[in-house]
Amino acid sequence: MKKKMTAKKIEEAVFKALMKGCALVVFGCLVLIIGTVIIKGIGSMNLDMITKTPEGGYYLGKEGGVLNAIVGSFVLTLSATAIALLMSLPVVLYINVYAKKNSRLATLIRLSLDFLWGIPSIVYGAFGFTVMIFFGITASLLGGIITVSLFILPIMARAMDEVISLVPGELFEASYSLGATKFETALKVITRQTMPGIVSAALIAFGRGVGDAASVLFTAGFSDRIPLSLLQPAATLPLAIFFQLGTPFPEVQERAYASALILTILILIVSVTARFLTARFRRHIIQ
Amino acid sequence: MDAKPHLQVKNLSVSYGTTAALKNISVDIPDKKITAIIGPSGCGKSTLLRAFNRLLEDGDEVSISGQVLVDNEDIYDPRNDITQIRKKMGLLSQKPYPLPMSIFENVAYGPRIHGIKKNRMDETVRHYLTIAGLWEEVKDRLHEPATRLSIGQQQRLCLARGLAVEPEIILADEPTSALDPKSSQKIEAEFKVLKNDYTIIIVTHILRQARRLADYVLFIYLGELIEHGPARQIFENPQHEMTKEYIQGIIS
Amino acid sequence: MLLITLGSGFLVFLMALGLCVKAWPILRLKSLGEILFSSSWHPLKGDFGMLPFIMGTLWVTGIAIIIAVPISLLTAIYLSEYAPKRMKEFSKPFIDLLAGIPSVIYGVWGILIIVPLVKDHIAPFFGVYSSGYSVLSAGIVLSIMIFPVIIHITMEVFHSIPRELREASLALGATRWQTVKHVLLRKSLPGIVAANVLGFSRAFGETMAVLMVAGNIVKIPLSVFDAGYPLPALIANNYGEMLSIPLYDAALLMSALVLFVVVIFFNVVSRYILHRINLRIS
Ligand SMILES: Nc1ncnc2c1ncn2[C@@H]1O[C@H](COP(=O)(O)OP(=O)(O)OP(=O)(O)O)[C@@H](O)[C@H]1O
Ligand SMILES: [Mg+2]
Repeated sequence: MKKKMTAKKIEEAVFKALMKGCALVVFGCLVLIIGTVIIKGIGSMNLDMITKTPEGGYYLGKEGGVLNAIVGSFVLTLSATAIALLMSLPVVLYINVYAKKNSRLATLIRLSLDFLWGIPSIVYGAFGFTVMIFFGITASLLGGIITVSLFILPIMARAMDEVISLVPGELFEASYSLGATKFETALKVITRQTMPGIVSAALIAFGRGVGDAASVLFTAGFSDRIPLSLLQPAATLPLAIFFQLGTPFPEVQERAYASALILTILILIVSVTARFLTARFRRHIIQ
Repeated sequence: MDAKPHLQVKNLSVSYGTTAALKNISVDIPDKKITAIIGPSGCGKSTLLRAFNRLLEDGDEVSISGQVLVDNEDIYDPRNDITQIRKKMGLLSQKPYPLPMSIFENVAYGPRIHGIKKNRMDETVRHYLTIAGLWEEVKDRLHEPATRLSIGQQQRLCLARGLAVEPEIILADEPTSALDPKSSQKIEAEFKVLKNDYTIIIVTHILRQARRLADYVLFIYLGELIEHGPARQIFENPQHEMTKEYIQGIIS
Repeated sequence: MLLITLGSGFLVFLMALGLCVKAWPILRLKSLGEILFSSSWHPLKGDFGMLPFIMGTLWVTGIAIIIAVPISLLTAIYLSEYAPKRMKEFSKPFIDLLAGIPSVIYGVWGILIIVPLVKDHIAPFFGVYSSGYSVLSAGIVLSIMIFPVIIHITMEVFHSIPRELREASLALGATRWQTVKHVLLRKSLPGIVAANVLGFSRAFGETMAVLMVAGNIVKIPLSVFDAGYPLPALIANNYGEMLSIPLYDAALLMSALVLFVVVIFFNVVSRYILHRINLRIS
């Protein structure tokens, strides 16, 4: 029964080493990416970046910051998240409360949400732009909001569906037996019970929306000024990074790194908050 | 006890995290007999059985202390090869879990991983399927996926699969609880034959099954071994009050 | 409520319809074969052969998959079968984080790290000159982007396999690796395929990062060190500006349609497989 170094043991050892190596590569990439962004970004970070909009000659290396893009990103993505929430909440409640569990309609909706989720954001961008032309809207905050809300709708709906479908059937029945209608049940009982999950779904969707460039590239346009109306073009952080990096001037490229740091920190905050909410939520949900 | 023990448990304690599942168990399991482990749900029967082939370490946060000796060798000795220990014991679980391959391959799997040559494989597979009483039913469909068999047939296939690595001990955790009465009978009949060649340890919560099969009985309650002894003694003249109540169905 | 529900379900069809309508002018003038398989791209002359872009996409996606599949699979096996439970739980948020990093950040990182790596180390090693902006760089960046997709789904597939099946194999005296190789991988093969198909389709439509590092030269790449011009980059670079050239927007929406169809196709395939094995993955 004593241990011996047989061929199968060697094979196992080799593969185990390989697996550890691969895991190391994956997590190493994460560390490397975030590390690079932080190191490169901090060097060129200053207060101007987040408090000023680009001034004349900014893209040649003159004074200014990316406040326009920060505000643009926030306004655009917050509005889009609000719209997507208003659209996806009824959908998710419908397939969980009204439609019978595993009914054909619910399956169909879930399936199309899965497909929507898989469509690349550039296709949303192209589609959004066509729709805008159809309605005679040019690249603007409004166009960006509409496109991003469509893009994050499936992300939010699926994340919400996952939480709401965990609500036990007894909770529905308890509510009905108290004389509540389906609508009241859906709105009050279910939403309250799953509130942290819904908020976290919204945060995840916000994170995806705020980081995406392809969907706003031609729908929101770009502007050095903070938009004052829905019909003005609006700058966004990802595009600001992209454009600054595209200039031939090192000073401007440096600012792209600082902008990348801002975006990364924003994403980190959003994703940590979302995770914290769901972790707490998992502990409190009635199972 | 007349026969010499095959498996000796000495001061075995097991805990999952902070909850103790087995407390200081010491017992000898007789050679070539059927030993039944009985006790109410959650008392630690499965834990004890899984301690015998070191499957417990598989989960995290399990701490094990004490000794389990097979042929006077401690299976928990870190110098021992875990695969060789497990090879000595066949495991039959509550529900049959055929491997995702054909009927033939299921039985051939064990011998193959232990490096048995190919040319005698047909014979080997046939031999063990016959012992498990399945050969006649499957001889024409050996290369179909094992999942197409009925649950009862799958359980006998799992038995054949376990026997094919030539174990000395068969560990069975409620092996008939997922089966219909007919299939259960077949498995029980199988065990009665197998005990001529193997030491069998069976966990069961069916007292009548324990009466029908067991030569030796362990009664466990809340992780403690309350009483153990020859089946006749435990069922007809239990020494301990708790055992008496359990046998009479007062506690369950 | 029902209306919104149906509406959102209908969005897929609406998008397909919109793209088809807009791509129609070019489909009416030229055969599908000519658009997809001609490599002559001269919008001003009215030539819209998309082959260079399709090949660019295939190169980039192919490289990404070749790198990502083994690494993700081995990582998933390690995390779900070998790593201590605590490490497994601990690693999940980090994998999610990798998935949450915006693609423009991957692009920045690609330019800072991968492009110089290819230019100064990998290409010279093979005795080739490369600017670094190449399908290889894009493939490497993309592969990292799809690690989390493949790892996450593969781990869920492994998770869905009952512990008792592993134990059945271990109890016969198999080593853990034998159990993984003969039982786990065989049982989860459909799920692993689905995971990789989803990863592939994610890579296929990824735009910004690829746009930033692939080099964007309208030519069919002949080696991994050549620049490529993938379809999404084509759309991103030109759409919204070139509306004055006749048929240009139809051609660009045609390429969006190609992306759409391919991605939907791969999604259908992988969802079908996952549905067959009763898994719904987020
Ligand atoms: N993996 C585990 N992690 C934590 N606790 C466990 C684990 N497995 C079992 N336990 C606990 O250990 C105790 C003994 O469990 P065990 O499965 O051995 O009982 P059992 O006698 O086989 O019960 P049953 O008749 O229901 O199968 C129980 O309290 C159970 O909750
Ligand atoms: Mg049990």
